[in-house]
Amino acid sequence: MKIIVLVKEVPDTYGDRKLNLETGLADREASETVIDEIGERALELALTYADANEGTEVAVLSLAPEGATATIRKGLAMGAGSATHISDEALRGADLGLTAETLAAAIRRVEFDLVITGNVSTDGSGGMIPAMLAELLDVPLATGLSSVQISDGAVSGSRPVESGVQQVSATLPAVISITEALPGPRFPNFKGIMAAKKKPVEVLTLADLGVTADNPDAARSIMLTVAEKPPHAAGVKIIDEGDAGEKLADFLIENRLA
Amino acid sequence: MTDFPRDAILVVVEAQASGELEKAAPGLFGAAAAVGTPVALVLAAPGAGSAAEAAVLGAAHVLIAETPDPSALGVPSVDALAAAVEQVQPDAILISHSLNGRDLAGRYAARSRAAISADAIGVSRDDEGVVAHHSVYGGAYNVTSTSTFGAPVITVRQGSVDARATAQPQASETLAVTPSGKPAARIDSFEEAVAATSRPELRGAAKVVAGGRGLGSEEQFALVGQLADTLGAAVGASRAAVDAGYIPQSHQVGQTGVSVSSQLYIALGISGAIQHRAGMQTAKTIVAINKDSDAPIFEIADYGVVGDLFKVVPQLISALEARKK
Repeated sequence: MKIIVLVKEVPDTYGDRKLNLETGLADREASETVIDEIGERALELALTYADANEGTEVAVLSLAPEGATATIRKGLAMGAGSATHISDEALRGADLGLTAETLAAAIRRVEFDLVITGNVSTDGSGGMIPAMLAELLDVPLATGLSSVQISDGAVSGSRPVESGVQQVSATLPAVISITEALPGPRFPNFKGIMAAKKKPVEVLTLADLGVTADNPDAARSIMLTVAEKPPHAAGVKIIDEGDAGEKLADFLIENRLA
Repeated sequence: MTDFPRDAILVVVEAQASGELEKAAPGLFGAAAAVGTPVALVLAAPGAGSAAEAAVLGAAHVLIAETPDPSALGVPSVDALAAAVEQVQPDAILISHSLNGRDLAGRYAARSRAAISADAIGVSRDDEGVVAHHSVYGGAYNVTSTSTFGAPVITVRQGSVDARATAQPQASETLAVTPSGKPAARIDSFEEAVAATSRPELRGAAKVVAGGRGLGSEEQFALVGQLADTLGAAVGASRAAVDAGYIPQSHQVGQTGVSVSSQLYIALGISGAIQHRAGMQTAKTIVAINKDSDAPIFEIADYGVVGDLFKVVPQLISALEARKK
């Protein structure tokens, strides 16, 4: 079984995140970057299966700027066997279409059984890459799984939707995405961190993958404007002197909020 | 063959098991009507397709696609959308940014090489076409996007559009769909969610009362629900409260949970980590009660109370109930 896990480097949501107001792109200098937590959970799922099933290969795949290797190293330290880092200047500001096309081209190069991703990233919050990959790779898709069972030739799980919960299954190869309901990641131990240094990291460019960024047949999404929104300013702050509940009730009623 | 309006906006809506359209439908038609003529594609189980509700919500024309294979996950919807776009030639395609909506938009765009504008909170039109508006990084930035050419596929955040379209006379037809035969996952079974509470849903709620670690225990977290019921509000929580097991994860507000833009947001015992603020700072009025006067939540609160929430909240509830009488 070969499992490919998509991991993404994102600005840390526990710090201030900035967009460059001229380019509209993420300002990578402004904030710490971390491996997106949902990607760590996706990797944990793959590693848990690999722990119990000998002969399972787990590879991480990431599309990120040159030098953004911390994410990949962490994935390897957690226990992935190999990593692929797609990096190309022409991917700066890539939209969902180009991103999906590039990732699909990288996945197609290997015989995979299962692609696991997070349901949605904390920065782009598009949540569409898994669907786009399934379409491009021509395999079944099961998204937003809150529990997952992987077996030899199939994957199944629970899929909460607006009106209830579906039980879904797919034959492999397939693409799945998981939610935060899945277990959090293991901590890389010292042995894992040392071993990661010897594991193979393949670096690929668009040319290696035969993808062109400016394909005239594909429509691209472009950003037209970007503006910083003024922060929500502080208003009244009172210290409770035994009547704060009454005062707050007055405030809510005056503002027609009660 | 029907002539579709030249400024058609294709609105894709799912019919639920109950036969009603998905909850995001009124907002999708409201957004579409502001930039063109809404044409609906109703995705339904066999025998469950109906044009009536879509027409009431503002669709000038309704295409009904009943899936040939209800247990195939997603693929029949993509096939139906491809057929509808072919017929309608819309200026834009609007889909809910729900799990199914995201799958549909992603698959369709990958198949047709269309451009996606994801998680929009509104749409407008300029000389060159339909533009999507986004609120990114937890509401810190406003961004607009569109497609280099062709109709953009726009997913609209649930509960983000207040506008509603005027009802239209019912005009509908069944859409002929050629199955693509693409491999799909199977839906083996479905358990309908039973509404266990009369409280509004968190996503899209007009008022939200949220609790944090300051509630101290699962039992004491009930106070959040009591205030929510007094106000007719939905119940939210910080990640700390979820991690502590006070309340299920589906109530989590924040960067990694639900984003809300409610009229009123009351934060009880929530310190206001950036992670949490990213999911609620676009609320119109923010109220915070916290015993720590330095809690960052006060920096964005329109009305802050420094005090013991176990004293202030019961007093607030009884004051509100007294005024109701």
